[in-house]
Amino acid sequence: MKVLLRNPRRELTIDGKRSVNSLLAELQLARESHLVIRNGTLVPGDAELTVDDVVEIRPVISGGA
Amino acid sequence: MVAVGSKCRVCKEPAIIDLPRHNAHFCAEHFLELCRRQVVKAIEKFEMLTKDDRILVAVSGGKDSLAVWDLLIDLGYQADGLYIGLGIGEYSDTSAEFARAFAAQRDLHLIEVSLRDQYGYDVPTASKATKRVPCSACGISKRHLFDKAALDGGYTVLVTGHNLDDEAAVLFGNTLRWDVEYLARQLPVLPSRHGFPKKVKPLVRLTEREMAAWCIVRGIDYLVDECPMAVGNKHLAYKEALNAIEQQSPGSKAAFYLNFLENMAPLLVGRSAAATDSLQSCSSCGAPTTGDLCAFCRVVAKASAHEPVPVELVLGKGRGRR
Repeated sequence: MKVLLRNPRRELTIDGKRSVNSLLAELQLARESHLVIRNGTLVPGDAELTVDDVVEIRPVISGGA
Repeated sequence: MVAVGSKCRVCKEPAIIDLPRHNAHFCAEHFLELCRRQVVKAIEKFEMLTKDDRILVAVSGGKDSLAVWDLLIDLGYQADGLYIGLGIGEYSDTSAEFARAFAAQRDLHLIEVSLRDQYGYDVPTASKATKRVPCSACGISKRHLFDKAALDGGYTVLVTGHNLDDEAAVLFGNTLRWDVEYLARQLPVLPSRHGFPKKVKPLVRLTEREMAAWCIVRGIDYLVDECPMAVGNKHLAYKEALNAIEQQSPGSKAAFYLNFLENMAPLLVGRSAAATDSLQSCSSCGAPTTGDLCAFCRVVAKASAHEPVPVELVLGKGRGRR
């Protein structure tokens, strides 16, 4: 699957299927700090991602206050 | 495809988001309902707004400010937006485009103020000229211009998009220092006083993750990229620390902040009174200040006389106190 990461913007290709939570853990990204969008739609942590999916992992933490 | 078992707590349809702090999953429709309910709860509990208020929303082009503007309109409030051009290079150019597009698509009124065009400086230059970290120079400028625009425009209340994560992180920092003056002022509503407009934070019961999800579900385009000048600041470090705790113990952030409001804030009433009671008018602009010139006018004096400084020269200097 293609995985788009932000801040900084970069793209990874990952083989095999796995759950959203597994992907986040593999990339050492905190679930509370990210949302995962699969083929344009938001998906929860136990959603299964397959090799044909286009996935965006969007960080949600901003530094302004 | 949504995995088996991931169903909305309300309707049992496929879920789009898991919210561990509620120990539940939600579909798009019921997630939006949850957000609306949390905003209404905050507005009512803290007497933030009425339908008669003339509301000005401070808009950055990021998820929180666009989400709060969207939520208020959705809930039937009358609200205009205020965007401040901070002059942080491409980041500011892009954020302005998101704010303008949001307003234009919904036929909403967006007021724009440009630091460079109207005050002769930008945030990178202010940071260099005043020897402040960028977030400090930015904060002084924004707070002053928010207040001024609200008062000049006859708005009865100024809304900001501060969310639960923002407030919990600030509370964490203030607690680490036991800064009682700041703790006493860390409330979701600051009443109008001494030349300041009423200020409210309707998103204090919702997390950043929930606000980003609100924007995605509602089709709101926002600036995802982080401000280049905020990278490495303490506020972000506090958020990461709290999220590490949240991951282990869902609901900790909400308990930390909301229980502070419930149990601790009442004990601190009056502890910030000394600072506000001794305010006088700035000799240059008339804004409330403790000295002769307010902090904003001091920034303007130094920064507008300084040669413009490109963003790149002050990058990575956001590690000061928030």
